Amino acid sequence: MAIVSRGFGSRRRESSPDLPPGQFLTTDFPVLSAGPTPDIDTDDWEFTIRTETGQAHTWSWEEFLALPAEDVSTDIHCVTRWSKLGTSWRGVSLDTLFEDVESSHDFVMAHSYGGYTTNVPLEDLLDGKAWIAYEFDGEPLEPEHGGPARLLVPHLYFWKSAKWVRGLVMQADDEPGFWEQNGYHLYGDPWREQRYW
Amino acid sequence: MSGGWKVGVVTGTRTETPSARSITLDVPGWGGNLAGQHLDLRLTAEDGYQAVRSYSVASAGPGDTVELAVDRIDTGEVSPYLVDELLPGDQVELRGPLGGWFVWKPETSAPAVQLIAGGSGVVPLLAMARAHAASGSIADMRLLYSVRTPDDVFFRDELQRLGVDVTFVHTRRAPDGASRPAGRVTRELLAELVHPASVDPDVFVCGPTGFVESVATWLVDLGFRPERVKTERFGGL
Ligand SMILES: Cc1cc2nc3c(=O)[nH]c(=O)nc-3n(C[C@H](O)[C@H](O)[C@H](O)COP(=O)(O)OP(=O)(O)OC[C@H]3O[C@@H](n4cnc5c(N)ncnc54)[C@H](O)[C@@H]3O)c2cc1C
Repeated sequence: MAIVSRGFGSRRRESSPDLPPGQFLTTDFPVLSAGPTPDIDTDDWEFTIRTETGQAHTWSWEEFLALPAEDVSTDIHCVTRWSKLGTSWRGVSLDTLFEDVESSHDFVMAHSYGGYTTNVPLEDLLDGKAWIAYEFDGEPLEPEHGGPARLLVPHLYFWKSAKWVRGLVMQADDEPGFWEQNGYHLYGDPWREQRYW
Repeated sequence: MSGGWKVGVVTGTRTETPSARSITLDVPGWGGNLAGQHLDLRLTAEDGYQAVRSYSVASAGPGDTVELAVDRIDTGEVSPYLVDELLPGDQVELRGPLGGWFVWKPETSAPAVQLIAGGSGVVPLLAMARAHAASGSIADMRLLYSVRTPDDVFFRDELQRLGVDVTFVHTRRAPDGASRPAGRVTRELLAELVHPASVDPDVFVCGPTGFVESVATWLVDLGFRPERVKTERFGGL
């Protein structure tokens, strides 16, 4: 039985059945980052998928924008407990980016400009579950929210949606990334409240 | 390891500013925390409704005593309760310590350390100043502390005693005789008031999201190495 806080509960936030446990709705777009926001020029931007053979599939910004893009409407859930419902994004599906990639590894390490990393199982990135997003609400993605482009894996806590993403490296095991080494859960399912290890 | 929820009993509260107070809790099984870590605090209403928020820990080191300091957000759900209603003897639930990145450790510290706080963002930085004093570290630790008015300073007396060099920036009202008029931190002020980038300090920036965003961006512009700049964003604009 939980401890009851005398007199607490008069000013509750809106709750919704669409919210995972322990989350509350926000209309702002809070920011979680461990350091400064990197300033990335799209002229220098590149996105690479690298496999165990060392083979690299690389796209420049122009090549990336020329790929078929999708409009995505989705809920997002941050480990710091805010959720936003029905957010709109535009980006390239990872199914498209992985089309010509051959790998026998089941796990991926996402690398970002600024040095951050986060680990995700490959199956969580494929079959319409993840994108490299470059627009939010019809506008270019702001740097503090991960622009020019971020990973978008909305079914996991939002730190898995690596901001300023620059590449994915296939890995044999589910090695922990930056956030995961610093106390966040290895997988991060909001519906199972996998916040911390 | 964060483990499950632990029960904390409020052992004392102290008014820090007109909008904030510090709260001391006894948390059996807490077992201590590093300077800069935070915890999750959970409140449960009589009908079972619950709310959880994160708070930085102002205390550092071993033991089961935890000190927090909370600023009231007038439109908020949890902070007005913590600032205005919680009393000694009341119980809350806590989980932590959390976060292994925004921490200062004497043994791995750079020779120069710059702490930069906006408002209640001073809380984890106070823990660092306390850990610095407790460890006898010789790192040159400085604090740049942005507050609205002289009345809005948390832990004023203790900050003076800790031996950390503190510089205030008053954003709305400066004290009489201040050398600078009231005004927000700017890139130029930052360059003037913090350790220079050339000494390559460890930098910790904490406060409302907008404050942290601006300060961290200026630091990089000023030549601080991004990997040395650690940030904690409390929310808000
Ligand atoms: C890691 C971490 C550590 C934190 N440590 C502290 C701490 O030591 N002391 C402390 O007082 N707070 C701290 N916070 C902020 C705290 O978690 C709550 O967000 C804050 O107390 C407001 O909660 P609330 O329920 O009163 O407001 P809510 O009901 O959650 O929000 C009400 C409104 O206030 C806005 N808001 C939320 N937080 C802030 C903010 N910090 N500044 C301005 N507007 C805001 C929200 O966007 C919302 O519009 C920390 C946050 C994080 C993520």
